[in-house]
Amino acid sequence: MSPTEPHEDRAALVGTSTRRREDPRLLTGRGTFTDDIHLPGTLYAQFVRATVASATVTSLDLSAVREVPGVVAAFDAADLALGDITARLGRPAAEFVPTSMPILARDRVRYAGEPLAVVVARDPYAVEDGLEAARVSYAPERAVTSDTEALAPDAPLVHAEAPANTLLDVSMFATEGIDDVFAEAPCVVDVSVRTGRQNALPLETRAALAAWDDREEQLTLRTPTQVPHQVRTVAARCLGLDERAVRVLVPDMGGGFGLKCVVGREEIAVAAASLRLGRPVKWTEDRKDALTASFLAREQHYEARAAFDAEGHVLGLDTDLICDMGAYSCYPFTAGIEPLMASSEMPGVYKVPAYRVRARAVTTNKAPSAPYRGVSRPQYVMVVERLFERAARELGIDPVEIRRRNLITDFPYTGVNNVTYDPGSYLESLDLCERTLREEGWYARREEAAAEGRHLGIGYACFSERTGYGSTAFAQRKMEVVPGFDIAEARMDVTGALTVSTGTMSHGQSHETTMAQIAADELGLDLARVRIHQGDTDRVTYGWGTFASRSIAVGGSAVRLAAGKLGEKLRLLAASRWEVAPDRVELGDGRARNADDGSTLSYPELAEIAYLKSHLLPKGVEPGLSATASFDVFNDGTFSNATHGVVVELHEATGQVEIVRYVCVEDCGVAINPQVVEGQCRGGIAQGIAGALFEEITYDAQGEPSATSFMDYRVPTALEIPEIGIAHLETPCAFTETGAKGAGEGGTIGAPGAVLNAVNDALRPTGVELDQTPITPETVADALERA
Amino acid sequence: MKPAPFTYHRARDLDGATRLLVELEAREEDPKVLAGGQSLVAMMNFRLARPAHLVDIGRLDCLRGIHTDADGALHLGALTTHHQVERAPAELLGRGHAVLRDAMRWVGHLPIRTRGTVGGSLAHADATAEWCLLATLLDAELVVHGGGGRRRVPAAEFFLGYYTTALGADELLTEVVFPREAPHAALTEFAQRHGDFATVAAAVDLELAADGRTVCGGRVALGGVAALPVRVPEAEAVLARGDTAGDALFAACGQAAAEAVDPPSDDAGSAGYRRRLARTLVVQACEEAFAR
Repeated sequence: MSPTEPHEDRAALVGTSTRRREDPRLLTGRGTFTDDIHLPGTLYAQFVRATVASATVTSLDLSAVREVPGVVAAFDAADLALGDITARLGRPAAEFVPTSMPILARDRVRYAGEPLAVVVARDPYAVEDGLEAARVSYAPERAVTSDTEALAPDAPLVHAEAPANTLLDVSMFATEGIDDVFAEAPCVVDVSVRTGRQNALPLETRAALAAWDDREEQLTLRTPTQVPHQVRTVAARCLGLDERAVRVLVPDMGGGFGLKCVVGREEIAVAAASLRLGRPVKWTEDRKDALTASFLAREQHYEARAAFDAEGHVLGLDTDLICDMGAYSCYPFTAGIEPLMASSEMPGVYKVPAYRVRARAVTTNKAPSAPYRGVSRPQYVMVVERLFERAARELGIDPVEIRRRNLITDFPYTGVNNVTYDPGSYLESLDLCERTLREEGWYARREEAAAEGRHLGIGYACFSERTGYGSTAFAQRKMEVVPGFDIAEARMDVTGALTVSTGTMSHGQSHETTMAQIAADELGLDLARVRIHQGDTDRVTYGWGTFASRSIAVGGSAVRLAAGKLGEKLRLLAASRWEVAPDRVELGDGRARNADDGSTLSYPELAEIAYLKSHLLPKGVEPGLSATASFDVFNDGTFSNATHGVVVELHEATGQVEIVRYVCVEDCGVAINPQVVEGQCRGGIAQGIAGALFEEITYDAQGEPSATSFMDYRVPTALEIPEIGIAHLETPCAFTETGAKGAGEGGTIGAPGAVLNAVNDALRPTGVELDQTPITPETVADALERA
Repeated sequence: MKPAPFTYHRARDLDGATRLLVELEAREEDPKVLAGGQSLVAMMNFRLARPAHLVDIGRLDCLRGIHTDADGALHLGALTTHHQVERAPAELLGRGHAVLRDAMRWVGHLPIRTRGTVGGSLAHADATAEWCLLATLLDAELVVHGGGGRRRVPAAEFFLGYYTTALGADELLTEVVFPREAPHAALTEFAQRHGDFATVAAAVDLELAADGRTVCGGRVALGGVAALPVRVPEAEAVLARGDTAGDALFAACGQAAAEAVDPPSDDAGSAGYRRRLARTLVVQACEEAFAR
C-alpha cells in the first residue's frame, strides 16, 4: 500500500454508484442556469439575423429599430468594431485555409441565421419587436447547399480565399502498394454513405449574461460553456482587454454535447454591448435560433472500399470522405475537426494492414459545424461496420465471425494510422454482446419471424474511442491552440473540509460527484466534506474544459494528484507534530495516524495548525492547506471500447423501425461511478439512434433552413428510445491516475452503425441496402414494397 | 419566440365574449379567441399569428363539460379538455362514445391534453387533428355563437380547407354535438414519433347487423390525405355490400380508400407513402372497430 492510499477500514468510493450530488437541486428545480440569474438593471439582447443564405449586404438600417418602444440600443459590426474569431491549424496552405468569422457579419452573409446586429431592449418582448424593425437589403447570390454543389467547378465561393470551397484537404497514410492490394484482393467491397446534418441539441440553449464590475475592473461573463477559459481568451482578444479583466462564470448547464465547446459570436457581442451600455445584458437563444443558427454537425459523405482475403481478413481500407462544415471554421478546432478525426482514427478496432484516406472539409452556406459528441466516429464506424457486413455477405462468413478475425487482440497495438492503442477488450466485448443476444433467443426469433414473413434483423458495431487526448495528441492534429493538460487545485479549510477547483466543466457528466469520489478516496474523507468547484476562470489558472471524453481521464487525474499533494502536506504537518518521518504517517478516515503508536490528529486539528497556529508549523512549511497539480497525457491517449448489438423489427405497413433489443457491452477502464457511466451510455445511444432514424437539419434549394422547430426536427422522445441493456468490462488504463478512460461519447459512436446494420439485416430478403441516415419510415416501407 | 404586442381581454360570460368579438371585428381589430392556447400561443410565439386582440374564454365555465341530452346526443362543451374526455367516467361517456375517449391517446402529449380543448382543436382545423376527423366521421354538429345569434353547423360544412372553417371572425364555437352513438368505431394513426401530428389518420364507424358479424354499412374518414378531413365514399361502399366482417372485407375497404384518395407530398411523406398508410390504417381501424 502506498502512503497515499485510503485507510483500509474505509471503503473506497471510486467504483461505487454513489448518488449524484447534483440531483437534489436539479430535480427539485433549484438549479441555477444562466437564464435564471437576474442582475439589477438587466437588458435583453437578440440578434438581427440574415434571412438569406448567401448575399452581399447592400444596406443595414437600424434607425427604425432604435425607435421601437422599449429598445435601448442596436449595434451593427461597425458600431462594435470587434476583432474576428479566426481558428487556425499549423498546416500548409494546400492543406488548410484559415477563414475569419466576424462577430457580426459586415458586408457579406454566408448562411441564413448569421447575426448582423445585436438589439438590446428592456424586456424580451420589446427586443423581438425591435428585430422586426431592422431594414436589411441584400444582393442575393446562389447558395451552396451541399458538398456536391460546393465542389462543382462553377460553384460560387463561400470564402473568396478558399478555392473549390475547400477549407481542409489532406491525404494521409497512403500505404505503399495499396493499389496492388486492391487489384489482387479476392474480395473488394465498397460503400457510399451519407449522413444527415444534426444539431447536438442541448436542452438548455446557448445563453450569456454580461456585466461590468467597476470595483473589480472586470467584465463578468456568465455563459453555459464547456470551455470557460477558452471563452475568456477569445472574449479578451476580441474586446481588446487583458485576460485578467474578463471573468467567465458558468452556472448550471443543461447539456452541451460539443455544441458548447466552441466559442460563439453571440456571447462576445453580448459582452461588447454590455460594455457599451454599462449595464448587464442577457441573451438567451430561442429554440428556433438554436436549431437554425447555432452550431451543427455530422453531415458527411464517404466513398469507401475495403479489400479482404478469402478468409475474411481485411487487407486494405481506402476512403475519400467529405465533411460539410457549413459557413465558418469553429474556434479553436477549425473546420478540420470532423475530417481530421475521421481520417486519423478510421481503421479503429481492426488490424488494417494498408490504409489510404483523403479527407476534406468543404464550406457551404449553412450554419457552421462544431464538435458533436463522438465527432465523426459515429460516421466512420458506421462506414467500416457496413464494409465488414458487406464482406461477410460476399464471402459467406458470419458477420460476427468476420469481425472476430480482424479485431486487434494484442496490445499495445500500433496501427497503420500511426496510432498506438492501449489495452482494451475488443474481442471480449463482441463475444459477450453476441452471446447475450444468442442466449436471449434473438437468433431463433429472427428465423421464426422470417418464416412468418416478418422482418427481424440483428446488427452490431464494434469500436474504440480515443479518450484523454493530451497535448501530444492534439499537437499531432496541428492545432495552433493546443489543448491537453488540465489543472486542479485542492484547498482544505480550517474545518477540514475540502474544495477542489477544476479546469474541467461538467455540463451533465456528474463531475461534482465523480471528481469528489476521487478526491475523497485520495484523502480518506467523507464525500460530504468534499466540494467540487468548477466554471470560474478566476479560480483555476487555466483549464481546457470538458470535451473529447477528457475530463475523468485528464481532469480526474489532476484532481487525484492535487489531493495527493495536499495529503503530503498534511502528512508533513502530522509528522512534525509527532516528530516521526512523514512515511510513518497514514492518512484515512479524516485523520492522520501515527503508524508507530496509533495516535491520530484529525484533519481539522491539522488545519487549525496550518491556518490559526502557524507558529507551530515546521520550518520551511508555508501556512495554509492548498495544492495545485496538473496532468497531461504524453502518448496517443487511452482507448475506451464497446460493442453494440441491436435487434430491430421493420413494420411492413408503415416502414417503422422498432428497436426490440439493444445491448451495449462497454469498457471505459475503471468506472469511477458505474451508474454515471450507464447514464452516459444511455444518453449517447439515444443521440445515436436519433441520428440513425430521426433527426435531420434540412434546407431548401436556396439554403433556407426548413427544420425550425421540433415539429420538423424530429428529436426522438423517451417513448421512441428502447430499454438499453448495459454490461461493463474493465481494462484499467495504465497511465491515468485512476485507471479510468473516458466514457462520455461511446454511446453515440456505436449506435448508428449497429442500427443501420440491423435494419439492413432485416432488409436482407429484399436485396435493398440502405446507407444513408436518417433512415425514414418511408424509405423502409419503399424497400419492403419493392421486395 | 415572443409574441408581437396584443391586447388581452378576459371574457366574463358568453354574451360578453360574443359582444366583444362582434365589436372588435366591426372595427377590423382582428380578434382571436384564446382557449387552451396549445396551437395559437405557439403560432404567436413564432409570430406566425399576430392577433391584435386576444379574447380569453378560459373562465367561461358554461363551455366546459360533457352531457347527454334526452335524444341521446352527446354534447361536449368547447372548453372541455382532451384529458377530461380521456378520463371521462362511463356515466358521462358511455360505451357508445368510447371511440372519443380512446382517440385521445393520439392527441399530443399529456401536458397538451390537459390544456388543449375540444373546441380549440376543431376551430384550429388541422387536417390531421383527431377531433376534426371524429367530427367528420360521426356527423357531429358544431354550435356557434356570434353576432348573427346561435347556429348549428354540420361538420361536413364546417371544415373548408387548411386551417380554415366556416367560423366567422366574430363567432365563437361553444359546443360540439355527436348526435348518435357509434359503438363500433375506432380511430388510429401513424406518426414516426409519439404525440406528433399524424402523417395519416384513419377513423372507421361500422354498422353491424343483429348477428354481430355482418357489416351492413359504415363510414370511413381520413386525415392527412387532403386539406381537410375527408369521408371516403368509395371505401364506405365496400362496407355497404353486406359482407361478413373479416380480413377480406377490411382489406377491400382499405384498398378502396387508398385508391380513392389523392394525398399531397411533403416532408412527412410522399403521396404514395400516404396512400399505403391510408390502406393499412383503414384496415387497422376496421379491425379495432369490429373488435369493440
